[in-house]
Amino acid sequence: MTLIGQFRDWLINFMPEWAAYIVAFLVGVVAIIAFVLVMIIVFIYLERRLIGRFQVRLGPNRCGPEGIFQLIADSIKLLTKEDIVPAKGDFWVHFLAPIVTFAPALMVFAVVPFHKGVVLTDLDVGILYVVAISSISVVGIYMAGWGSNNKYSLIAALRAVAQAISYELPVVMAAVGVILIAGSLSLSKIVEAQTIPFFLLQPLGFFIFLLGSMAEINRSPFDLLEAESEIVTGYNMEYSGMKFGLLYLSEYGHTLAASCIITTLFLGGWQGPLLPPFLWFLIKVLLVFFVFLWVRSTVPRLRVDQLMAFAWKCLLPMALINLLLIGAQVLWFPKALPWGMMVVNFAVAGILILLWSRLFALGGGRVEV
Amino acid sequence: MRFERYGIGIIKGLMVTMKNFLRPPITLQYPEEKLITSRRIRGNELVWQVSKCTGCATCAKSCPQGNIEIVTHLGTENNYVVDKLQVDTGKCMFCGLCVESCPYEALFMGRSYERATYRRRELVLSKEALELSEDRQPSGYFYPRIEVLLPRQTLLLYWDREDGQKLCWFPWRKKANRGRR
Repeated sequence: MTLIGQFRDWLINFMPEWAAYIVAFLVGVVAIIAFVLVMIIVFIYLERRLIGRFQVRLGPNRCGPEGIFQLIADSIKLLTKEDIVPAKGDFWVHFLAPIVTFAPALMVFAVVPFHKGVVLTDLDVGILYVVAISSISVVGIYMAGWGSNNKYSLIAALRAVAQAISYELPVVMAAVGVILIAGSLSLSKIVEAQTIPFFLLQPLGFFIFLLGSMAEINRSPFDLLEAESEIVTGYNMEYSGMKFGLLYLSEYGHTLAASCIITTLFLGGWQGPLLPPFLWFLIKVLLVFFVFLWVRSTVPRLRVDQLMAFAWKCLLPMALINLLLIGAQVLWFPKALPWGMMVVNFAVAGILILLWSRLFALGGGRVEV
Repeated sequence: MRFERYGIGIIKGLMVTMKNFLRPPITLQYPEEKLITSRRIRGNELVWQVSKCTGCATCAKSCPQGNIEIVTHLGTENNYVVDKLQVDTGKCMFCGLCVESCPYEALFMGRSYERATYRRRELVLSKEALELSEDRQPSGYFYPRIEVLLPRQTLLLYWDREDGQKLCWFPWRKKANRGRR
């Protein structure tokens, strides 16, 4: 029984059953949206401050104590700006694109468990839902590129679609490894199955999932669709005002969603000693976000062909090997599951990463991977 | 076997950024925090010591711009009294020749560098504005005996302190010892 279910059963004492259903779900949805928006604000603030620290500068620190009101100033600026639609742009597509991009980022959180039983709907096909919903945002990005009537926006949109298609495969295959060990598609059950966090049981899958979802949410070094040096800012170039704000929010919304999914699938979700479960969940999400920032501030942007090669020649074969390995271990050695599996998988992951990075070495006259 | 070819480069890069992350930022928040300038700075003004000046007008002769205007009359004790000493710092190119040519060590370069004004006429410094005072101290330019008394130049905010550059990551501890010494 989830928390929402208990709330609904308590509400039935006061109102008819249909009203109790609606009220309970509305309360849950509002709570989730509030959580997501607050976390997005925290993420944007943290990103700007921490990237500053990575670059040995301060970051925004003028608005309010330590710059915490910078985002409010920015959003006031965005809200008061004129909303411009390109003259020959497709108005409705241009208008709907930010919404289509942002809505999936919110919808993912319907199945993310924050605590035992604290989940909006405990879907039995949780991962499938997450994968399906989060792919929809690419349609929004494509709409933004198409509706803008701008060649750079369209190039960015095409890049985004190609990138999403390429990286969806290794990400899903890495997630299948998790499903095999946990024996369920439901995110709550996956969290409960993690007495040992799954990134210890299948480090290769964690590696692939981390890099793949970094590419799917278009974070640097995979942010080809807003490569400032090549295509200005890509798909959101023709956007201004709150439409741009929504695209900006959706970027961080997807980052938050990806952090939550990685936390849930690989880092043990809300499980952890001493501290309350929700706090553990937050700590892990922020940790994943910190890794995103760390990689962003280190690695330069990939070229398009390198990006595709990385997905098809590196992550996909590795994901297949990982899936084969996990499947064999679950099928034939279920007794040796935790510790033997950990040792074998770490060894395999190390060897595979070493071998594959040899294939990706550039220089010495070699420019293509 | 070169490890650069086995993906170690990314790990090295990550370590570099992590090291930078743990360093305190080198940003200087200018109006609140200022670095100490060079001890021999040729600042945006001249400093004039009235008691040593004999009104010989060597400075005016040495000025390549013809920028120093000096008017004197004969005093009672066989000396010159300076009526007018006027320098247009808008025309001045801060070559320091006037300071070097002064035979009586009455003229120094100043140390200030924040003398932007809204009007060009405010750049013309009169006799009163040039005088040596508490907040208008001479720089060590051409005068090594003044130079050794001045504080050493700082190029980075957190460096060259007594305690050296330390990790002060948290802002509430950082505020206490920031700014000009």
